[in-house]
Amino acid sequence: MLKDEDRIFKNLYGFQDWGLKGAVARGAWDGTKKLMEHGPDWIIDQVKESGLRGRGGAGFPTGLKWSFMPKESDGRPHYLVINADESEPGTCKDREIMRHDPHLLIEGALLAAYAMRAHTAYIYIRGEFIFEREQLQRAIDQAYEAKLIGPGNIHGWDFDLYLHHGAGAYICGEETALLESLEGRKGQPRLKPPFPANVGLYGAPTTVNNVESIAVVPDILRRGAAWFAGLGRPNNTGTKLFSISGHVERPCNVEEEMGIPFRELVEKHCGGIRGGWDNLQAIIPGGSSVPCLPASVCADLPMDFDTLVKHKSGLGTAAVIVMDKSTDMIRAIARLAYFYKHESCGQCTPCREGTGWMWRVLTRMAEGRAEKREIDMLLDVSKQVEGHTICALGDAAAWPIQGLIRHFRHVIEARIDEYTARADKEGAVSSKMAEKAMEAAAQ
Amino acid sequence: MPEIIIDGKQIEVEDGLTLIQACEEAGVEIPRFCYHERLSIAGNCRMCLVEVVGMPKPMASCALGVNDLRRGPNGELPEIRTNTPTVKKAREGVMEFLLINHPLDCPICDQGGECDLQDQAMAFGIDSNRYAENKRAVEDKHIGPLIKTIMTRCIHCTRCVRFMTEIAGVEELGLIGRGENAEITTYLERGITSELSGNVIDLCPVGALTSKPFAFTARPWELRKTETIDVMDALGSNIRVDARGTEVMRILPRNNDAINEEWISDKSRFIWDGLKTQRLDRPYLRDENGKFRPASWDEALAVVAKRLRDTQADKIAAISGDLCAAEEVYALKMLLDRLGIKNRDCRSDGTKLSDQYGRAGYLFNSTIEGIEQADALLLIGCNPRHEAAVMNARIRQVWRHSDLQIGLIGEPVDLTYDYHYLGAGPETLEEVAKGANPFADILRRASHPMVIVGQGALTRADGAAVWSAVARLAAELGIIRPDWNGFNVLHTAAGRVGALDLGFLPVEGGLDRDGILAAAETGEVEVVYLLGADEFDPAPLAKAFVIYQGTHGDVGAQHADVILPGAAYTEKNGTYVNTEGRVQFANRAAFAPGQAREDWAIIRALSGVMEQPLPFDNETALRAAMITAFPHLGQQDEIAPSEATGLTALAKAGGRLDKAPFKQAHPDFYLTNPIARASRVMAQMSALKQEELKRENNDKEATGTDG
Repeated sequence: MLKDEDRIFKNLYGFQDWGLKGAVARGAWDGTKKLMEHGPDWIIDQVKESGLRGRGGAGFPTGLKWSFMPKESDGRPHYLVINADESEPGTCKDREIMRHDPHLLIEGALLAAYAMRAHTAYIYIRGEFIFEREQLQRAIDQAYEAKLIGPGNIHGWDFDLYLHHGAGAYICGEETALLESLEGRKGQPRLKPPFPANVGLYGAPTTVNNVESIAVVPDILRRGAAWFAGLGRPNNTGTKLFSISGHVERPCNVEEEMGIPFRELVEKHCGGIRGGWDNLQAIIPGGSSVPCLPASVCADLPMDFDTLVKHKSGLGTAAVIVMDKSTDMIRAIARLAYFYKHESCGQCTPCREGTGWMWRVLTRMAEGRAEKREIDMLLDVSKQVEGHTICALGDAAAWPIQGLIRHFRHVIEARIDEYTARADKEGAVSSKMAEKAMEAAAQ
Repeated sequence: MPEIIIDGKQIEVEDGLTLIQACEEAGVEIPRFCYHERLSIAGNCRMCLVEVVGMPKPMASCALGVNDLRRGPNGELPEIRTNTPTVKKAREGVMEFLLINHPLDCPICDQGGECDLQDQAMAFGIDSNRYAENKRAVEDKHIGPLIKTIMTRCIHCTRCVRFMTEIAGVEELGLIGRGENAEITTYLERGITSELSGNVIDLCPVGALTSKPFAFTARPWELRKTETIDVMDALGSNIRVDARGTEVMRILPRNNDAINEEWISDKSRFIWDGLKTQRLDRPYLRDENGKFRPASWDEALAVVAKRLRDTQADKIAAISGDLCAAEEVYALKMLLDRLGIKNRDCRSDGTKLSDQYGRAGYLFNSTIEGIEQADALLLIGCNPRHEAAVMNARIRQVWRHSDLQIGLIGEPVDLTYDYHYLGAGPETLEEVAKGANPFADILRRASHPMVIVGQGALTRADGAAVWSAVARLAAELGIIRPDWNGFNVLHTAAGRVGALDLGFLPVEGGLDRDGILAAAETGEVEVVYLLGADEFDPAPLAKAFVIYQGTHGDVGAQHADVILPGAAYTEKNGTYVNTEGRVQFANRAAFAPGQAREDWAIIRALSGVMEQPLPFDNETALRAAMITAFPHLGQQDEIAPSEATGLTALAKAGGRLDKAPFKQAHPDFYLTNPIARASRVMAQMSALKQEELKRENNDKEATGTDG
């Protein structure tokens, strides 16, 4: 279990002052100038050495990402963009940072921008986060006032930080769609290459990072890369905010060491599974877009990137959705399929057409109104969506369904059998009932 | 030059190519819907997925450049595979996705037979459908009288959106909504106002956007296709005329990178209904009550011959019109020569251009392709959007992709690109020529400066002085250089350059158009022969005996005493010289209606009746004679080099400039010739445009608080 002194987010629950005074008391903005005096390359090296992997879901090494930025400007400005469009169902970690510890993010933004020779950073915040936007803006204003950031600040690196709020589209959390949206256009992902590090915001080199990835940087630099690398497991280092929701006694956000076993995580922080450990049916370990895992593998499951990939799932945003045996797995995944159908931007074919198809089939399956051969067809369709789209939303829509079929095929088959038996006995189901089921699934 | 391996074949390709282009060079066909060489890359249809060795996922070959690929760790060449099971499966998957919500109403779809979706489903799809749910339906949009929409068929490739935004420069189409609910729309329920909108019909890979006037009239495989030349403006856009029997059913563009790329204007495309209405399909004579009565050819020609014989040569005049091919102008010229008639003019709109300073004086010397090199452009009294819509799109392209500086002297119209508005009339022109305007420096410093003078500036009373002033400006600012001639005249009439080349101009002592009209009014000219000449106010001809040879009962026929029905541009073979001086040959796609005949044949027949037979009995002989006299007219698709030396003399010609502002030659894009004025579709478009203008003016007056 993570020791208290190793915690980065000391005000995660908002029990203390969120403002500048409180943040400084907790250690923020301490010796920032000194850190910057080591130079941008030192910062990037430290982040590389710390083994920090992106906290936004894909787990790409942050230091490596930063090193893709040109070392010298070719005349174009550099930009840092912070992705605060936290819309992945189940995920609510960035929200807490912005509410209760916004100065960690602001300080991290300054350090990261300095490391990438950017004088401007944008925070793209989710449209629904109204209180968080106000809070973060207050914090930014405080930092400007204290000359911590802004032109001619005490750190000697001119730095402007702008807060921009989205309009509530999930796709705008995809980094290139986010850039499009930030530029004032329709949020649709861009083709890659060119990657943002070459051609990003307004055509200039840009790095897009998750809020948590940026907010942990000051502590990594202050305490040393070795400290961060010493936490967690090899290649999966440091601490991580977990958002545990669903059928646990006390759903919560908690900062823990990477690689903490699932059972320890829920029993220590969430009061265990509702109805006891044996009542666990499945978990979705990393936000709605990763495949679910059945209870059988969960007990000693280390919660980190590499282990979960081995189990054909992923750590994603570390938003753990816990489902006990009362959950109708098919309906649950059908609901997620509806979400992806609703949030598909409509730009490229497989996702635009495939998400709706998958949702419709799953909705029927939730009812049992399907044929068993359609299970394989659904799997095949999901494979046709996966990997064929411009951005990862296609993958995100396909994976939960693949997970469902991988681990709960028997449930679908039983549902179909049950429906067939009932239909044989009572006659075919009226279309009204089918509509009702559709509506239920849509809610 | 990067080397790559495509399906086991190693090839070297140019830098900057995309994989889809590289595959084409390797002879490998990649299916595609959204990709189009002249539009930006969208990469959204995902049909062109290929396997790039070493990449975990199949890649969209339209979006990946050959330069994006890296060699392997041991220096292996990048390798692309297009024939693997993965690629096949990916294509089948995309095809299936495209078809699940497509109505598959091919039997009633006008795109049938030339549908990319149909063809590629045959080639790359699977034979069955696994989709058992309800299909999506999308409401059709009203986007004007030209384009019919059946939006359920749309596959969201966004080619139309990209065309309208990038090429046409009118942001009136877009994709709204998300996911399954995404649809292409005009945002507001109204017609699109671009002059190039019809091209989206060709671009649409499915039957979502089809030609409204052509709807349900014919299947593409029933049509006889003739490659020919458009005459709606002086560009000589390459077109294909599809006909069934004697009827022209539709007109499509052909690719010609030097002229129209692969676009044509809406007027070129939708003019064909005008070929069927108001046609002069038999000879007419005006009887004593002033009414037309049908006559036979013999009778009509006899009347004309008698009249021409009985009138003194100096009381006879001839004007040739805008749409005439070189052949008939040459034939008429020969006949006039034989009869000793000196009063003749091909400049029916009254332009003051002439051949006295050489061809360079009246040509678009930089060439249309030359616009791509230009870095400064001055438009004088011209609205290329109306006078040469396709060329305007090219200017826009250059403006988008470079820092081309554009200046305009004339009416400040919306040209779909930004320009420096310098002023309204000749005073500004003089100012720039003297170097007193900042734009003069831009022109002087440019590596490839261009001036384009339009007919709006040249058809005025002081047109000759303006013409000279433009040449002076070009000379002063160094626009005419040994390797670059930036002096350009934009013509509006397809037949004008050809007629100027043939010298269909007043002979020494003869009258020009204005002279002819004035003399006809006073009675000094008694007989006027109009060869398809319609673009002037015919009132002065009321007293004269007018012989009208042409296609439509239009302006020129109003005061006619004899009507000789001729053939329209789709109904005859003919040579046209475009505004650049490029010689192109138009082919007959259908026969003229009724008793109408090809124009050269009418003139030849008339010469026979007058016992002055012209020395040719068929088209070939006529053309041979013409080419012997004017060898450059025999050089198909070429621009004969023209010396710029005459421009010095032109610059010195001088003349008094009026102060009146330049007006557009064609304020109404849609109704510029007899065929267009007979077209119902063009009339609708014109009315729509007027409404649009009215609305814009109202909007300007609105305060924003008037509800």
